[in-house]
Amino acid sequence: MTAPAGHDLPGTPVFDGRASRRGLRMNKLFMSLRSAESRERFAADERAYCEEFRLTPEQERAVLERDWQAMVDLGGSIFYIYKLAMMDGLSMQYLGGVFSGMSEQDFRAALMAGGRTDV
Amino acid sequence: MSEVIWGMVTSHVPSIGAAMDHGKTQDPYWKPLFDGYQPAREWMAEHRPDVAIVIYNDHANGVDLDVVPAFAIGTADRYPVADEGWGPRPVPEVVGDPDLSQHLIEHLIDDGFDMTLFQELDVDHGLTVPLSIYCPDPGEAWPCRVVPLLVNVIQYPQPTAARCYALGRAIGRALASYQPDVKVAIFGTGGMSHQLAGARAGFVNPKFDAMFLEAIQTDPERLAALSREELIRQAGSEGIELIMWLVMRGAMNDEIRRIHETYHVPASNTAAALALFDNRGD
Repeated sequence: MTAPAGHDLPGTPVFDGRASRRGLRMNKLFMSLRSAESRERFAADERAYCEEFRLTPEQERAVLERDWQAMVDLGGSIFYIYKLAMMDGLSMQYLGGVFSGMSEQDFRAALMAGGRTDV
Repeated sequence: MSEVIWGMVTSHVPSIGAAMDHGKTQDPYWKPLFDGYQPAREWMAEHRPDVAIVIYNDHANGVDLDVVPAFAIGTADRYPVADEGWGPRPVPEVVGDPDLSQHLIEHLIDDGFDMTLFQELDVDHGLTVPLSIYCPDPGEAWPCRVVPLLVNVIQYPQPTAARCYALGRAIGRALASYQPDVKVAIFGTGGMSHQLAGARAGFVNPKFDAMFLEAIQTDPERLAALSREELIRQAGSEGIELIMWLVMRGAMNDEIRRIHETYHVPASNTAAALALFDNRGD
């Protein structure tokens, strides 16, 4: 994701206006998963549900394959992406592990030890 | 005349609410955090406000990305508790104070803050978790009316820290001219340091948090001077929520008295804190 012009924040995706434009359809899909009825429809045919929300082919692939990093790169907001993770029974610690290249267990342990203070 | 009696800043991590809702507050993971809240809870139980102004942000529950207001106020009689995807939290519906909401909007707009208003709003953990931290056992109803005040902290560019502090000052002025004899509490929510996505996920910065926790009382101007980039660098991409603490601080007197504070890592992926201030100073 493009950082705001003139800012260099390594390892830190910034959900800015451009990202939000790129991810709008996908983020709306994630938000729809708040309702049980939507979750059932999504689970019944994920591809059709993605087409209904007019995701780009890249976004559809990221959602169907649960490529969490790609969802962020393609304009997903973490608070929206989390709705899909919850549906899969996954935690924010699991996602934190994915993004930082750790197992969920190691990520949890790092937080329990006071957080990742050296990154 | 209305009076701000106290202000509280607190993290609003959803799992803090879930720990209360599922009776886990005495589990080893959660006990230190909830033990840390206890002195503040006891003091607040002795000093009940009539109305709380809760500064918070929504997390894809009551508001989506179609419209992204920088600052917004709820004007409703009642705010349903949002279903965030696993059913609404088992807590009472939030009762509003539309008269105070309208007063704030008129005064804030005259004061240069062009507020968005929400006539209907489902409130999510950003608002209900701080209420539960204030009052863990509300029974059938929360012990105060609530005015929700939302800040966009999710999509860059967020309002500046300086603008949040200035909004708080304007809220303080608006409350000073509110005639009904009501006691007001101000909640600044979110933070402290945390980052949910990116290679830096799990980032926590205890030194910065300690500075912020102290300066929110003693040197808010220093915090108001922090740039967005500095906040994201020092507190993580989601730690920028700390700008909402400055709204609370701005609405309070220059001299305030610290009743209690607590800091604990982790609550999920977040450094969690609470600080409680008596607006009457020493």
